[in-house]
Amino acid sequence: MRTRSNLSRRISQKTAFAVLLTATIAVTAVSLFIIIHIVVRGAAIVDWDFLTQAPTQAGKAGGIFPALVGTFYLMLGTLVIALPIGVLAGIYLSEYAPKNRLTKVINLAIVNLAGVPSIVYGLFGLGVFVLMLNFGMSLLAASLTLACQALAMTITTSREALIAVPAEYRAGSLAVGATRWQTIRHLILPQARPGIVTGAVLAMSRAAGETAPILVVGAAFLMRGLPQSPFDRFMALPYHLYTVAVHIPGMPEDTKWGVALVLLAVVLSFNILATVVRLRARKQRG
Amino acid sequence: MGERVIEGGIFLASLLAIVVLLGIVAVLLRQGLPIFAHTPPWEFLFGTKWYPVSEPPTFGTTTFFVATIWVTVVATVIAVPIGVACAAYLAEVAPSSVRESVKPVIELLAGIPSVVIGFIGLLLLSPLVQSMFNLNTGLSGLAAGIMLSLMSLPIIVSVSEDALRAIPDEFRQAAYALGATRWEVVRHVSIPAALSGISAAIMLGVGRAIGETMTVLMIAGGALAVPVSPTQPMMPMTAAIASGIGNAVRGGPQYQALFAIGLLLFLITLAVNLIADRVLERQKRKFVR
Repeated sequence: MRTRSNLSRRISQKTAFAVLLTATIAVTAVSLFIIIHIVVRGAAIVDWDFLTQAPTQAGKAGGIFPALVGTFYLMLGTLVIALPIGVLAGIYLSEYAPKNRLTKVINLAIVNLAGVPSIVYGLFGLGVFVLMLNFGMSLLAASLTLACQALAMTITTSREALIAVPAEYRAGSLAVGATRWQTIRHLILPQARPGIVTGAVLAMSRAAGETAPILVVGAAFLMRGLPQSPFDRFMALPYHLYTVAVHIPGMPEDTKWGVALVLLAVVLSFNILATVVRLRARKQRG
Repeated sequence: MGERVIEGGIFLASLLAIVVLLGIVAVLLRQGLPIFAHTPPWEFLFGTKWYPVSEPPTFGTTTFFVATIWVTVVATVIAVPIGVACAAYLAEVAPSSVRESVKPVIELLAGIPSVVIGFIGLLLLSPLVQSMFNLNTGLSGLAAGIMLSLMSLPIIVSVSEDALRAIPDEFRQAAYALGATRWEVVRHVSIPAALSGISAAIMLGVGRAIGETMTVLMIAGGALAVPVSPTQPMMPMTAAIASGIGNAVRGGPQYQALFAIGLLLFLITLAVNLIADRVLERQKRKFVR
């Protein structure tokens, strides 16, 4: 009796673990399939000319250079706006914030910002940056919109990186007569740098891939030349992919996959860069 | 003196998180609420006719709301069992070498932009769905939901796995001592102990699916009738905003109505996230000694 029930228990364990393993394999396989498929299909068309030429015939021929440049500007704009604010806010929350109601509200606001749908950020950007501040459908308005969306990430990663610096550093520095700000500036911040950089790189990766917000605040599908000032309109890779995939009849399949590959490569390479920074920092600490 | 200025700046920067959140609420209220002078809230929420350019226009949003529910249900039904099973495998069963190689792949999945997920759905999945279910078009809530499940999976896996790994090992040891097998430990000890964290993970996944725009814009089909089955083409709330906002006259009734949909969407995701955050906090405190 005893052995039989043990046998059936062992069988049910085998079955259950097989199911769990299958789920894990399924998730992994689908992820890899998507990435590899895009790489294989896209590689047929992506070459130097595709990356450096302007599109012709409504995007059906030529390259995607202006979209690539536009996305680069957006990433840069997001970084320049969201990183300093993120670091400053992270410093406040880690080093200065008293345990009071306000601090709680700030932290709660950050959690909720992270959950706001991207299309809602688009509406916010349209209402505030495009219309109220009158920046128009521009690179500036789009960067500000994406930066607002990135804030939650840059603040959180900075805060966590700063909190992780051991308290002894602060005590030692203050003991030898440094002021609070000197301590933060010369001791704590350098220690927290890998964590902050990881967050910044992830925020840029996110900004490169976001479509819905820039669709609302005015990415252009085709434009003559590159944006000359922050107040110009712009092309961007994700919006370009959306348009060639959905809106242009007779678009060659290869071109669609090519745009998808370039976008995926930009976004994932920044993702991987973030992981490398994180792992290297962990290794250094031992 | 200089230090005071810097510290003041630091304080102001941290307030920006609140400012942006309140700014979002203010913009949505200001641009969205005026629609209720045109269409009463009851009609806006429960009306089924969305004719923004007829004379007079009508703005009933039930169609979009029901579509959002369909795609979210499909995504959740697929992502929850697979995600929790995957998390249980990674946290409780897999040797660390497997875990270390699978987790980066799932992070990659999380990093794929939604427009690329939509693109894959458009080119690869929707023809498949069309032929499998013998439909007129594969662009449907079903196809959108399947692709959405890929977007909520990484959150469900990583948050559930964290919850499982936070359970003190003594729990498992005690069960082993009573003669339980590993699977019995997973099933009767680990998963029940991590249940609140797992439910928070599911909520975050649902929140993600509700708020996703590009995937549903590209493959849900965009039909303007209240969908009665997930295999029909449909237009979720996010897609309605994205596809309408470009043509809406600024400050006109359609524009206001789209902001009001945005407000509704914001409130729904806010509620989901607040609850998930509370549940996670409670789970975190549970094992702190």
